[in-house]
Amino acid sequence: MKIGALSEIYAGENRVAMTPESALQLVKLGHACVIQAGAGTRAGFSDALYTSAGVEVLPDAAAVIAAADVLVKVRGPEVAEAEALRDGQTLISMFWPAQNPDLLEIVKACGATVVAMDMVPRISRAQKMDALSSMANIAGYRAVIEAGSNFGRFFTGQVTAAGKVPPAKVLVVGAGVAGLAAIGTSVSLGAIVYAFDVRPEVAEQIESMGASFVYLEFDASELPDGAATGGYAAPSTPAFQAKQLAKFRELAPEIDIVITTALIPGRPAPKLWTADMVSMMKPGSVVVDLAAERGGNCDLTVMDQKIVSDNGVTIVGYTDFPSRMAAQASTLYSNNIRHMLADLTPKKDGVIDHNMGDDVIRGATVAKAHEITYPPPPPKIAAIAVQKPKEKVKELTPVEKRAAEVAAFKHQTRNQVGMLVIGGGLILLAGLYAPAAFMSHFIVFVLSVYVGVQVIWNVSHSLHTPLMAITNAISSIIILGALMQIGSGSWLVTVLGALAVFMAGINIFGGFMVTRRMLAMFQKS
Amino acid sequence: MEYGFTTAAYVVAAVLFIQSLGGLSGQESAKRAVWYGIVGMALAVAATLYGPGASNWLISLVMIAAGGAIGWVVAQRVQMTEMPQLVAAMHSLVGLAAVFIGYNTHIEMVRVAGMDEAARAALNGFAAVIAHKSGVEVSILRVETFLGVFIGAVTFTGSVIAFGKLAGKVDGKAKKLPGGHLLNATAAIVSLVLLVVYLQTGSSLALLGMTLAALFIGYHLILGIGGADMPVVVSMLNSYSGWAAAAIGFSLSNDLLIVVGALVGSSGAILSYIMCKAMNRSFISVILGGFGGTTGPAMEVTGEQVAIDADGVAALLNDADSIIIIPGYGMAVAQAQQSVSELTRKLRAAGKNVRFAIHPVAGRLPGHMNVLLAEAKVPYDIVLEMDEINDDFPSTDVAIVIGSNDIVNPAAQEDPNSPIAGMPVLECWKAKQVIVSKRGQGTGYSGIENPLFYKENTRMFYGDAKKSLDALLPLIE
Repeated sequence: MKIGALSEIYAGENRVAMTPESALQLVKLGHACVIQAGAGTRAGFSDALYTSAGVEVLPDAAAVIAAADVLVKVRGPEVAEAEALRDGQTLISMFWPAQNPDLLEIVKACGATVVAMDMVPRISRAQKMDALSSMANIAGYRAVIEAGSNFGRFFTGQVTAAGKVPPAKVLVVGAGVAGLAAIGTSVSLGAIVYAFDVRPEVAEQIESMGASFVYLEFDASELPDGAATGGYAAPSTPAFQAKQLAKFRELAPEIDIVITTALIPGRPAPKLWTADMVSMMKPGSVVVDLAAERGGNCDLTVMDQKIVSDNGVTIVGYTDFPSRMAAQASTLYSNNIRHMLADLTPKKDGVIDHNMGDDVIRGATVAKAHEITYPPPPPKIAAIAVQKPKEKVKELTPVEKRAAEVAAFKHQTRNQVGMLVIGGGLILLAGLYAPAAFMSHFIVFVLSVYVGVQVIWNVSHSLHTPLMAITNAISSIIILGALMQIGSGSWLVTVLGALAVFMAGINIFGGFMVTRRMLAMFQKS
Repeated sequence: MEYGFTTAAYVVAAVLFIQSLGGLSGQESAKRAVWYGIVGMALAVAATLYGPGASNWLISLVMIAAGGAIGWVVAQRVQMTEMPQLVAAMHSLVGLAAVFIGYNTHIEMVRVAGMDEAARAALNGFAAVIAHKSGVEVSILRVETFLGVFIGAVTFTGSVIAFGKLAGKVDGKAKKLPGGHLLNATAAIVSLVLLVVYLQTGSSLALLGMTLAALFIGYHLILGIGGADMPVVVSMLNSYSGWAAAAIGFSLSNDLLIVVGALVGSSGAILSYIMCKAMNRSFISVILGGFGGTTGPAMEVTGEQVAIDADGVAALLNDADSIIIIPGYGMAVAQAQQSVSELTRKLRAAGKNVRFAIHPVAGRLPGHMNVLLAEAKVPYDIVLEMDEINDDFPSTDVAIVIGSNDIVNPAAQEDPNSPIAGMPVLECWKAKQVIVSKRGQGTGYSGIENPLFYKENTRMFYGDAKKSLDALLPLIE
């Protein structure tokens, strides 16, 4: 099949859906590649690079559409592009079918197959083609860089000869892929990072990235369960929102950089950073709103613009962060496309097998053979296992703790005294009947058990095997008994005694030798 | 005079033995400790030969030399992966020796009892000691002898079966004869009845009958215990061999035997306790075989097992800074410890922090993994136990699980209905990425589904552990 990459016509879009490197991989799948002239220029890939990678460069979009069986793009098709598709042709790109019903009708009419990269289901196997995540990752990174270039101070705290510099404080709202990327970037730049998310289960992820999770005082039953919505956030209750905003107001005066990434699928972005919070921030602070495209998380955000508020807070509302890092974004996106094509070409023979039985392919396909196949049926595999409600360990008050300790101590004392009384009683009872000679041996026995217990507890775990070998060797001390009997009278005793000596001999030498061998192997690095 | 000297030698030997066990608290002091043991043993044997009661030096020395030669050769040749078998085999020898010595005591008792006063006075050595015992003392002697033979016999057959299972000569699965534990209980009761009979009459038949019953108990008890419980079994037999020596010590009025028997007995008991604790199971439930009952349906495992190839593993490892390797019995089976060591060497040479996490019941013998890794020249200071390393998993890039299953099963913590619920496990799933080297998709010894394999950050590296690792090695930078 021929894979063709089109140049992006959306203004300001610098990315491209095929890189010379991804083209090489596509050729390995048995496909041939074509590209529109100049498509990769803005992402830093010249036509010459494509030619040397074996990609045929065609002069204009019409030629590519005519030549290719599969078209790849970054942005969703414009109306003109969609209308140019022909029956049986496949388009792989972002599509946003929920927001673009008209486009769906157009492709249905012309009979093309559309694989929407934004519809790839969120399951483990499909991670390699999850373009939303790879783009969100870039957006998160870029948001920090953008904030840094508008922020007049260091991220990291320093003590220099010229004076002390406090570290910047960063608050990341929404810990999805973009949020986590932003956390990671800010942490590695040296900032103190706080992060918030409505899904309490991501607290662990946030903390693993080195940020501190902003906890709300809230009853667990009122929290939304993120797992029910396939790992995305769900709209929260008014009471929850009020708490959340109150917490943000408390934080606002000390935060230098706010990065908001809160989005709820299919809804306008929730307003989380209100105008009064911006007014509380110090002059020179920066707000980067990654949700600007859907109205923004901040009240003051203006889409695609950078504005400065009355009190000197910069608010960045760009929506094209991935495009601002076109080379990186194109590499990742073209890899996502390449993985999608690899799944569509299971035999690696250059023949597309559009298997609608496959969860991932079915989920991403929004139109096929004059039919709209959106929305897909729910996938067979749940994206994330349903969270089991965790048993909360009840915090004990100091009084209760004290009581528990006393009870434990009493219990222990009772047990110990009981054991001593019973054990002592039994021994005394035995002493009444047993002769003195026996009791003197018994003392030795009991004391030895005590010594043994004390000594063995200290043995290092890693030396348990040598311990067994050496106890084996010394338990052959039984040889003493045999030695004492061997010369005593009857021939049967001598024979049995000799055999016992023989076996104990094997054990003594074998046990000690093998212990020595093992111990010699333990070496320090 | 002579007797006093022998006793003094025993005191020194006892101190040396205690030092020898105490020295095992650290790897370096252990190298010295083994010499204390050897000197103690040599001193004890020499003092006994020199002291009263010993004769037939020629036979004694020949037998010691012959046995010693065999022991020496076996110890030199044994593979480290065969340690569990060797230890079990050695236990069986101690058990059998205890049985023989017990019988000797009995024979001597019968012989002395048949003598008249004059003949008794003329006796020397061990027989003379018996001759001077009073009525009560003889009764006690009988109980001691009886116990020594009983424990020795159980240890003997038990160890032989354990050896067979560990060496793969007997099917490792838990098996029972029809009648199950009822048979064991019957045999135990029969032994108890025979003890009373023996106490009253001193009949040889009673002793013989009890020996058969004890041999059966040892055989049947261990037959009913499965492969993964072997660490407990081996330590338990270790303990028994000690108690047998102590019982024999009582019957021979030999304090050194009592001391050493008690030391070894308590050592084995503590090891069994540690192993049981590590599996969150009571000693009784291990001995009775099989896992405890569940309280409800197990949590359903969702997700899929995602495979990875050597290239993928190599890429992950090359990118990682901190790596924890979790070896299990599968590594020993595949003889992969050398490859693991080589992998460790290469990763450490690349400046990565590589450590090993050892679960107390990994392998078939307490401390089994440590010995295998030591043999493959993995430095012991990067081999850590569960409690030392469990908190480090969240800050680890890659955890590699090689041939272990139940000891890394998150169900133990997450699913209260799981048969292994509450068992302490290595929390490897908290690492950023987990690679599981495993032969196929089957479940482990316990037959419990392992949700770890379905976790989102887990990748399955299928294939024989050694072959997989050898394929991986050239790809590590």
